[in-house]
Amino acid sequence: MSGRVTFAVAARVLAQLRRDPRTIALVIGVPCLLETLLEQLFEGQGQVFQHVGAPLLGLFPFVTMFLVTSITMLRERRSGTLERLMTLPLGKLDLLAGYGIAFAVLAALQAAVVSALTFGLLGLDVAGPRWLVGALAVANAVLGTALGLFVSAFAQTEFQAVQFMPAIVFPQILLCGLFVARDAMAGWLHAISDALPLTYAYDALAQTAADTLGARFAADVGVVSGCILLALALGAATLRRRTP
Amino acid sequence: MTGAAIRVDGLRVVRGGRVVLPQLTCEVVAGSVTGLLGPSGSGKSTLIRAIVGVQRVVGGTVEVLGEPAGSKRLRSRVGYMTQAPSVYGDLTVRENLRFFARVLGAPAAAVERAIADVSLADHADWIVGRLSGGQLTRVSLATALLGDPDLLVLDEPTVGLDPVLRRDLWALFHGLAAQGRTLLVSSHVMDEADRCQRLLLLREGRLLAAATPAELRQRTGAAQLDEAFLRLVDEAAAA
Repeated sequence: MSGRVTFAVAARVLAQLRRDPRTIALVIGVPCLLETLLEQLFEGQGQVFQHVGAPLLGLFPFVTMFLVTSITMLRERRSGTLERLMTLPLGKLDLLAGYGIAFAVLAALQAAVVSALTFGLLGLDVAGPRWLVGALAVANAVLGTALGLFVSAFAQTEFQAVQFMPAIVFPQILLCGLFVARDAMAGWLHAISDALPLTYAYDALAQTAADTLGARFAADVGVVSGCILLALALGAATLRRRTP
Repeated sequence: MTGAAIRVDGLRVVRGGRVVLPQLTCEVVAGSVTGLLGPSGSGKSTLIRAIVGVQRVVGGTVEVLGEPAGSKRLRSRVGYMTQAPSVYGDLTVRENLRFFARVLGAPAAAVERAIADVSLADHADWIVGRLSGGQLTRVSLATALLGDPDLLVLDEPTVGLDPVLRRDLWALFHGLAAQGRTLLVSSHVMDEADRCQRLLLLREGRLLAAATPAELRQRTGAAQLDEAFLRLVDEAAAA
C-alpha cells in the first residue's frame, strides 16, 4: 500500500464526483428533504422527531454511500479500467482505501449540511455532543462504502446493484432498533439484529442522543470499526488480478 | 536484436469452456516492433492478457523481461493498452492521464508528452466521454505510454484511425523501439503488417508463422502479406 497511490485514487473519485453536480445535489438535498418531511409529519408530537431525527442523520450516509459506491465500483469493473489498474503498481488496498477516503469526504459534506439544517432550522436536540453525531455519520458512510465495494462483485448490471440496496440495507434499518425497540422484538428477529452491523451503528447514535457514552457506546464503535475492516477485507478478496 | 523480451511456452488458455489457446509457443524479440496479427477471435487479446498477467491460464509459462508474467516488478515496466478503451469517461483527457501518471509515480511532464505523442494537445481539457472513437482509443494509448515502460503491449491501437494518424503512431512506435523498447502491437488488419519488423500470425489460437515480412513473402511467394497469410492458412489446412 502506498500513500501516493491511495491519494491518487481518492482524488480521482472526487474529481469524478465533481463532474456530476446533480449527484452531489441529490446526496445532500434528499436527506435534507426527508428530515424536513419528518419534522413536519410529527409536528405536535415533537418527541418522535427528537427520537428518530439524530439516528436518521447518522444513518443516511450509510445508505447513500452504499449505493453510490456499489455503482461506481461496478462501472470500474465493467469498463475495463479495473483490469487496467490491476496491471499497474497499485495495491488492492490502495484502491479500496482511496474509495473509502473519497466517499468519507462526500459524507462529511453531507453530514455538515444536514446537521446544520436539522440542529438549526428544524430544532433537533441531542443530549450528547452534536459533532459526535457527525463523526458517527462519516463512520457509517465508510461502512456503507466498504459494504458497497464488496457487494459490487456480485452484480453484473447496474439494475442488480441497485437491488442490493433494498436487499442489504432495508432489513438492517428495519431491525436496527429504530422502528421497534430490540427488546420488544421476537427472539429470532433479535438474534438476526445482533448479527447486523447497522444495529451497532444505530445504538451508538442513540447513546449519543441520550448522552450515555459509556462502555456500551465504546463497544458499538468497536463493532462498527470491525465491520468496516471485515467488509474491506472481503472486498479486497473479490478483486482479482487474473480473471477467466 | 538481443534475445527475447517475451517468451511464451506451451501456453494453454480456456475461457468460458472454450479452448482459446490450445498450446501456444512464441517469442517477441527485444527492441523490435512486433505485430500480432490474425482475424477477430484468433486469440490475440487472450495472448496479450496473458502477457500482461491478467488472464487466468491453464498451463504453460509466460516470461516477460526475464520475470514470470504478472510479477509485481513488471507492473511499472510494462505499458498496456486494452482493446476496449479503459479510461474514465467523466474526466478530461488530462485528468485521466494525471491519474495514471500518479499511480505510476511518473512526473507531470510525462502527461503532457503522452498527450502530444498521441496528437491530442487540442483536446487535453475535453471530457473523454465526448470524444470520438478514434480519439478515445488514443487517450487509452497515451495511458500506456506513461512511465517510460520497457515493454509496450498494445491491443489494436490503430483501429478506426485516419491514415495520417496511423502513420504518425507507427512512427512513434518505431521511435520508441529505436530507444531500445519492445513493442507488441496487435491488429486484425493485414495492411498494418508491413509496418512491423517482425510478425506473429495467429489463427484459431495457433501460431501460423513467426517471421519478418520479407521472410513471409519469400516463404510463400506472395507479393502481398494478406495473400501470404491466406497461403499459410491453406498450407496449414492441407497439412
